Amino acid sequence: MIQNVPEFSVSDISRALKQTVETSFSHVRVRGELSRVTLAKSGHFYSDLKDESSVLNIVCWRGSVQKLSIKPEEGMEVICIGRMTTFPGSSRYQLVVESMELAGEGALLKLLEDRKKKLAAEGLFDEDRKIPLPFLPKTIGVVTSPTGAVIRDIIHRVSDRFPCRVMVWPVQVQGVGADVQITRGIEGFNKASDRNRPDLIIVARGGGSIEDLMAFNEENVVRAVAASTIPVISAVGHETDTTLIDYVSDRRAPTPTGAAEMAVPVIDNIWATMDDYRARLRQSLKRLIENLSQNLHVSSRVLDHPHRQIEPLEQRYDALSHKLDNAFMRNVDVQDKKLLSLGGRLKTPQAVLDQGQLSLDNLFERMKQAGTRIIPERADKVSGLDRMLETLSYKSILNRGYAVLHDEGGQLLDGVDAVQSAEKIKITVKDGSATR
Amino acid sequence: MFVIMTQTAIENMAFEDAMGELETIVRNLETGQTKLDESISAYERGVALKKHCEKRLNDARLKIEKITLDQNGTPKGTEPFDPENQ
Repeated sequence: MIQNVPEFSVSDISRALKQTVETSFSHVRVRGELSRVTLAKSGHFYSDLKDESSVLNIVCWRGSVQKLSIKPEEGMEVICIGRMTTFPGSSRYQLVVESMELAGEGALLKLLEDRKKKLAAEGLFDEDRKIPLPFLPKTIGVVTSPTGAVIRDIIHRVSDRFPCRVMVWPVQVQGVGADVQITRGIEGFNKASDRNRPDLIIVARGGGSIEDLMAFNEENVVRAVAASTIPVISAVGHETDTTLIDYVSDRRAPTPTGAAEMAVPVIDNIWATMDDYRARLRQSLKRLIENLSQNLHVSSRVLDHPHRQIEPLEQRYDALSHKLDNAFMRNVDVQDKKLLSLGGRLKTPQAVLDQGQLSLDNLFERMKQAGTRIIPERADKVSGLDRMLETLSYKSILNRGYAVLHDEGGQLLDGVDAVQSAEKIKITVKDGSATR
Repeated sequence: MFVIMTQTAIENMAFEDAMGELETIVRNLETGQTKLDESISAYERGVALKKHCEKRLNDARLKIEKITLDQNGTPKGTEPFDPENQ
């Protein structure tokens, strides 16, 4: 039996091992891929770091988590800086991480570039998504650390330019979980009810390394800004630092102070403008009144005395009304006469009948008289004619011894030829006729 | 007529809109293009707009509040905030 090998108790050997490990590996850099990533409620971070053949448990206590420059994610190739320790109670060892960086030269920049391309492809950085800033916000919401120069700078500058209501949403601006807080702040302001809902949001952080600003490169922060219906000014780091939030925000300010300058105008300038407007308004009214009264004065001089305008008209009126009277009277006369003559010509039916009757009586009377007179008159005339006829009759000549010769046809024989040619001659004398 | 038709209730107007309209009124009055009746109503509106803007300027006060959050990061309310004493 070999007895010179010291005998350890389990605790002794465990303690010895712990001491050796912690002494020998008090500050190490270990490269590997993150796996089984867990952020506990307590704020501590647990994960495995692995390569092709080995696995190492790692832990990052809450205090260190808050200072981490990157947000550890599943599958990420990282370099962890920390110390090794063991758990004697369970025969385990692990790496206590104090800081973490992306593995490989330019790895972080590449990660950001890839993310930027992806978000840009979704259209989150498009110009037409940008909301114009209000000219004069009533309330400004600031998402930033409540401590430090950034919030002081913003408030000072706002106060100098145009004092208004500023609401601070306190957040951690770096370390694991900062992105979640910032996202909540932006979303929280958007969800706030009327009075507590700002009309402008500033997301701000002072300068730092690219790792310090990583929270503002996180996808959830970028998406929260894109989704905000309140315009957002980003003011992260110095002017030379560009984070992804700067691409998605509605305006990018070079510094927190610059953000305040974009947020509010200078009240003194506005007062000056208002004073100018007030003076010009008054001046223009004064000039308007002067112009009008001058116009009125000129117009009234040009204008004739009313009488002079009216007199000729009155004269014309008189003449016309005189003419009108005459014409009227004349017209009445003419019409009157016409009426009279027409009236004279117009007879009542009775009158027409009466006259007709009268004429009829008259005619009848005349007829009667004519009738009584005409008979003796005719009788006289007949006897007179009869006498005259007797006187003129050839018979009276016969009485005086003359004769009348006719042929047997009764034709008068009044010449020698007629007498010689007649076979028989009827001779009429005063007491009768004889034929020979 | 133009003036009357585009009038909106002044108390509901955004500051920059009120100031913009005031500027327009001042410029129109200065060019003397406005008719007398319109000038008078434009002037009255100009005065009202000016009052509205001045009230807003006079009301400008710095007031700083901080959102208070519970353990889950949910907002509980607000409290006055002094950045100098943080």
